[in-house]
Amino acid sequence: MDKVEIIESEERRRYLTKKRNKKIAIRSTQILILIALIAVWEIFADLGIIDAFIMSSPSRILDTFAHLSSNGLLHHLEVTLYETLVGFGLGVIFGIIIATILWWSPFLTAVFEPYLVVLNSLPKIALGPVIIIWMGAGTGAIIFMAIAISLIVTVMELLNGFHATNKNKIKMAQTFSATRSQIFFKIVFPSNLSTLFNSMKVNIGLSLVGVIAGEFLVSKAGLGYLIVYGGQVFKLDLVMASVIILALVAALLYGAVELLENIVIRSINHTSKK
Amino acid sequence: MDEVLKLEHIVKKYQSDNGEVLSVDDVSFNLKQGEFLSIIGPSGCGKSTILSIIAGIEKATHGKVYIDNEEVDGLNSKVAYMLQNDNLLEWRNVYKNIILGLEIQNKCKKENLEYVDRLIKTYGLEEFKMSYPSQLSGGMKQRAALIRTLAIKPELLLLDEAFSALDYQTRLQVTNDVREILKKENKSTIMVTHDIPESISMSDRVIVLSSRPGKIKDIHTLDFDGCDNPLKRRAHPKFTKYFDILWGEMIG
Ligand SMILES: Nc1ncnc2c1ncn2[C@@H]1O[C@H](COP(=O)(O)OP(=O)(O)OP(=O)(O)O)[C@@H](O)[C@H]1O
Ligand SMILES: [Mg+2]
Repeated sequence: MDKVEIIESEERRRYLTKKRNKKIAIRSTQILILIALIAVWEIFADLGIIDAFIMSSPSRILDTFAHLSSNGLLHHLEVTLYETLVGFGLGVIFGIIIATILWWSPFLTAVFEPYLVVLNSLPKIALGPVIIIWMGAGTGAIIFMAIAISLIVTVMELLNGFHATNKNKIKMAQTFSATRSQIFFKIVFPSNLSTLFNSMKVNIGLSLVGVIAGEFLVSKAGLGYLIVYGGQVFKLDLVMASVIILALVAALLYGAVELLENIVIRSINHTSKK
Repeated sequence: MDEVLKLEHIVKKYQSDNGEVLSVDDVSFNLKQGEFLSIIGPSGCGKSTILSIIAGIEKATHGKVYIDNEEVDGLNSKVAYMLQNDNLLEWRNVYKNIILGLEIQNKCKKENLEYVDRLIKTYGLEEFKMSYPSQLSGGMKQRAALIRTLAIKPELLLLDEAFSALDYQTRLQVTNDVREILKKENKSTIMVTHDIPESISMSDRVIVLSSRPGKIKDIHTLDFDGCDNPLKRRAHPKFTKYFDILWGEMIG
């Protein structure tokens, strides 16, 4: 309410300058390291100290990027993005539905708890070959892989969040004779929005892992396929370019989830965390 | 006078893995329309349990509760129960917090919303309608919670340590405000408190419970020659007399 009065004193100005300088120093060092690494890589490759055929080189990777559409990278990127978004979306939706059902029924929670714990600690990638046999070697199996990897985490995190909802707030709603579904939609779910988005931020990365692993195993397209293919035919430029694109995609998707969080929270006036 | 509430031989036993706890033992009392009743007693003697049974959140093991001569069975929208904490939802602004009860009971009608607006104006939250709970002082939050409770126009108001989160100054002010609101609205109220002076300053009658299992030790009718303003009562000559009596009963 009361605004903190900002006094533009000499000390304050010095404090702000110092803070800004520190930030600039960190950022420029980070960029310098990146440039230095790229430069050393390029120079070593040019001088023949490392074998550019095996290690690739920045200029070769750049060249690959320049021919994005002709060498099919763009198409493969599209495939991977599609599989990741579908897998992620379904994982989140089913995660919310399952967590909600389990919250609703303490009996089901108690029954399924040991199964969830085991499934959670099982490395889902190990299921890859089985999934392929069940679903066939295609997009379906890859998307299923992405869901398998992110679903259980979503369910566990959401359910824990639901159960940790402030008991007094629930009791408050009960004093107004709220039904169980009113308690869920007015208290439990809104107080766990930040839990949901935090798990989404983890899961967008996990979905990508699932998709790439799936593509390693079965696919005829996608960045994962391209990486395997490039490795087999010794097109290391393609492999490196794919890996770099993958890193960019991961960062971008994470940013997209963050953006979504801000939009949703602003639209329901959710000003603070739980 | 009309009786709003009647408790008949209420017994409450809690069951758990560690055994059985007899929390309330044979409590009976009545409440008249417009009356303000306090319940005091040592910690753990079953005060909150009694309120929860009246509100229908807990079920009595034996005995019956009647509100307006109807037996209480489960949650009941005639009763409003203000818990110890304000429990405002931090993702809703003050106004939306205040109408939460109306929303839950599907009572967001024009007349009810006008009543809410009047309460907000009277109790000085007009400017803060669009603010969020984190931007309010402790006293303002408590007032918002009280308006939320009053908004559903309950017949009977239950206050459980509703003011204990406040510092002393604010507490004096808020209890004074609340007493005035309730008098104006002619609400029947039961307040649970640890604070003997608070109970004396606000109540028409005070029930003293024994330590667990809670039994009624005594019921005092307070007579301040018609004065029911909490701050004035505290300066009244009879105040210390009642304090000494209740204090003696609480520790003895
Ligand atoms: N859900 C429960 N399960 C088991 N025992 C309970 C439960 N709720 C309360 N009790 C027990 O019943 C007794 C009375 O509890 P209650 O909360 O009504 O006391 P209180 O008078 O409100 O205490 P305080 O002044 O500390 O708030 C306590 O001994 C408590 O341990
Ligand atoms: Mg209590």
